[in-house]
Amino acid sequence: MTASTAPSGLLHSLWHRLTHSPIWPVLVLLYIAGTTYLVTTAPRALQWRVLFLAGLLFIYYMPQRPVIKLAYAGVVLGILVPFLGISNPFLLEIGFQICVFATLALGLNIVVGFAGLLDLGYIAFYAVGAYLWAFYGSQQLYNLNSVAGAQQVRPDFPFDANLFWLFLFLGIGVSAITGILLGTPVLRLRGDYLAIVTLGFGEVIRVLANNLDKPINLTNGPQGITPIQRPELPGFLTSPAMLEWLSGIARRNVSVGDIYGFFFYGLALVILIVTIVVAKRLEDSKLGRAWTAIREDETAAIAMGIPLVRTKLAAFAIGASFSGAMGVVFAANRTFVSPETFSLIASISVLVMVILGGLGSIPGVIMGAAVVTLLNIDFLQTLSLELSRLRQGTGVIPILGIPWSQLPNQLDPARYQRLVFGLILIIMMIFRPEGIIPSQRRKMEMHEHEEAEARA
Amino acid sequence: MNLPRTNALEAVLRPLGQLLLFVTGSSVAVSLVVIAAAYLLRGTRTDMDLVQITYVLLPQVLIDGITLGFVYATIALGYTMVYGVLEFINFAHGEIFMFGAFAGVEILIFMRLRGMLTDIGDITALAYVVLAVLTGMVVSGLLAVSVERVAYRPLRGSPRLIPLISAIGVSFFLQDTMRFLQSSINGDFYRSFPTFGPFTQRFTLFTVDLDGRALDVAIQYKAIIMIVVALMMLVGLNYLVNATKVGKAIRAVAQDQRTAGLMGINVNAIIAITFLVGGALGGAAGALFAFRFTRVDPFVGFLPGLKAFTAAVLGGIGNITGAMLGGIVLGLLESFAASYLSIFTRGAFGAEYKDIFAFAILIAILIFKPSGLLGQTVGQKA
Repeated sequence: MTASTAPSGLLHSLWHRLTHSPIWPVLVLLYIAGTTYLVTTAPRALQWRVLFLAGLLFIYYMPQRPVIKLAYAGVVLGILVPFLGISNPFLLEIGFQICVFATLALGLNIVVGFAGLLDLGYIAFYAVGAYLWAFYGSQQLYNLNSVAGAQQVRPDFPFDANLFWLFLFLGIGVSAITGILLGTPVLRLRGDYLAIVTLGFGEVIRVLANNLDKPINLTNGPQGITPIQRPELPGFLTSPAMLEWLSGIARRNVSVGDIYGFFFYGLALVILIVTIVVAKRLEDSKLGRAWTAIREDETAAIAMGIPLVRTKLAAFAIGASFSGAMGVVFAANRTFVSPETFSLIASISVLVMVILGGLGSIPGVIMGAAVVTLLNIDFLQTLSLELSRLRQGTGVIPILGIPWSQLPNQLDPARYQRLVFGLILIIMMIFRPEGIIPSQRRKMEMHEHEEAEARA
Repeated sequence: MNLPRTNALEAVLRPLGQLLLFVTGSSVAVSLVVIAAAYLLRGTRTDMDLVQITYVLLPQVLIDGITLGFVYATIALGYTMVYGVLEFINFAHGEIFMFGAFAGVEILIFMRLRGMLTDIGDITALAYVVLAVLTGMVVSGLLAVSVERVAYRPLRGSPRLIPLISAIGVSFFLQDTMRFLQSSINGDFYRSFPTFGPFTQRFTLFTVDLDGRALDVAIQYKAIIMIVVALMMLVGLNYLVNATKVGKAIRAVAQDQRTAGLMGINVNAIIAITFLVGGALGGAAGALFAFRFTRVDPFVGFLPGLKAFTAAVLGGIGNITGAMLGGIVLGLLESFAASYLSIFTRGAFGAEYKDIFAFAILIAILIFKPSGLLGQTVGQKA
């Protein structure tokens, strides 16, 4: 980072001392311990949760060897979060969602960040994965000929719940194939056309999910499919002794559902880690360099002998496969899928994550995913709750002088995602198109024209 | 854009003639396809005579399709103007359209509160509709110019995707801004076009005899007004672009910004004017849309915006006449899909699939003829 550009001599040795002194790991350790304590004292407080998660950012920026950073992150994600999660299941839910969206964002990052293809319908692949397990993991196969809403509840499922593990891999394959099927006709198009076509494709998938309850009831229409099976957990995890022990620690009743909370958090984390490794390896591979070449100059890339359509298709398929796997996990986690989840705003959320963090930058994208997910499910919700609390009180809005109680219900911050996302997109594009944690190459690209102007 | 043409009369009459040709041509073509399909599928249904029902529905479906087509065409012009000049998809155009719709509705609601909409003659009512359209044009035109100034101009010259992402941001921002405004002022976020005047009355074109029952084929005054207003927009735009000095400057900037600048054209001003004109057309379409479909909400611009973009691509993006043609073809297809799909497939696929239709056309056009029906193949600008 900046260390390499620091002036030599005295300053340099000072800098060296500062960055290599053992004080940083100790400080970060203290910070993590402190925020962990704060979270245990007030499990509902948003600010401590955010500070606690911000510890990961400090770990990332800590001037230390990667092994030590990894060990720190491992302790926070692998031990502290589950430990805090015993008494505070919402933290696990946040962790799960961040992992899910970080995986989606990494997938989209391959398409948009690495290969430079703007995909506005990315959530469709997630939907493919989710509906895949929703269809086979529920009783929908029995209901093919019944009208949505009129099916009987049966005790048995057509497939074993543990086929989930098989479908996790099938999800990867099926969404990759969907990506190829969509990509084959449209990848010849120029960038901006591609954006609109993928947007259209995303809408098509949603419309299909909404309407394929006739002539054959495949998706159960707008009502969605439920219940969807979850894989069985090992017996000792759900045994009464285990539950009792955990209840003792948490000082509340821990149920099997809570155990599933741990399970899904762990599963999503593992998938995320695999995704990070795959994305990192791809970035430095021959294919990754081909993507960069295509992104920067298509014509030159073709001249260099890069097979254009095949390389683009690979980006589409690989990006899609990440979200397909997460779709399967999501369906099992929620035990319910409906078309609502896969709206355009969801695609845009993922895009905002990628752009906020930094196109093409893996750590940036993960941070972007964490920030936007927190914004979506934690921050805006907390704001809404706070506002409705104020509305029930007798207070008066400070400057306007109107009582809070007269504020219209429609002004609920949780409904203004689009406003926030829109602003983020515009502001990022104008002031920092390379994102908060940019990748070096992207940074150079984005400011190319400015340099050219400066030289002229 | 089009080649230079300076004869004012020709600039006005030529597009009118072309338009007439398009409307008739595409109507006939689509009708023939549907009738052929009806004869082919005649045997599949025993409960009704497909051919007969096709004929009965046909005139109404055509009228609806053409009306819708003119709305799409007017929106599509905004896309095409901006694309022609900047090679940039103004993703937020649908929202500019939505602001126009709200502006038109709001001014009439304001007038209704003043009691100005009761007991008025037909001519006054017509004047009020025109007023709503003009308000929509002014609001949307100014909005488009400000959006360009704030969110697009700083990004001129960046990689292609940068302004597009900014435009997507603007689109979402504007949706929720309108939602916020409406919610905080009115407590709810949708509004309805006030009912007044004789516009819902129908004007009977002719009567068909169906098994002894007389069936009127009628057209609402609303539809006539819409078509006439949209036609005036199209003709006006053609005049502006092809027969005035400003139009010449717009075409020059579209061809080569740098050279146009060297020739003494104020490129920034011309781009602003392009957005003003495109936005005003969008606003007019918005007000007409509200007039036709009554209810407006902050998300009303999104799908029409997308479809109008499809229309612009269909006709050959950057080409004004093409945008009109694309709009009409798309409106017709959508209207036909909405009415006949359900009948032909025995209810298995209904009107819900009409949106998919638009996207399928878009994809097909982009694959097989990316330059559109009327567009010339142009290389990417450096």
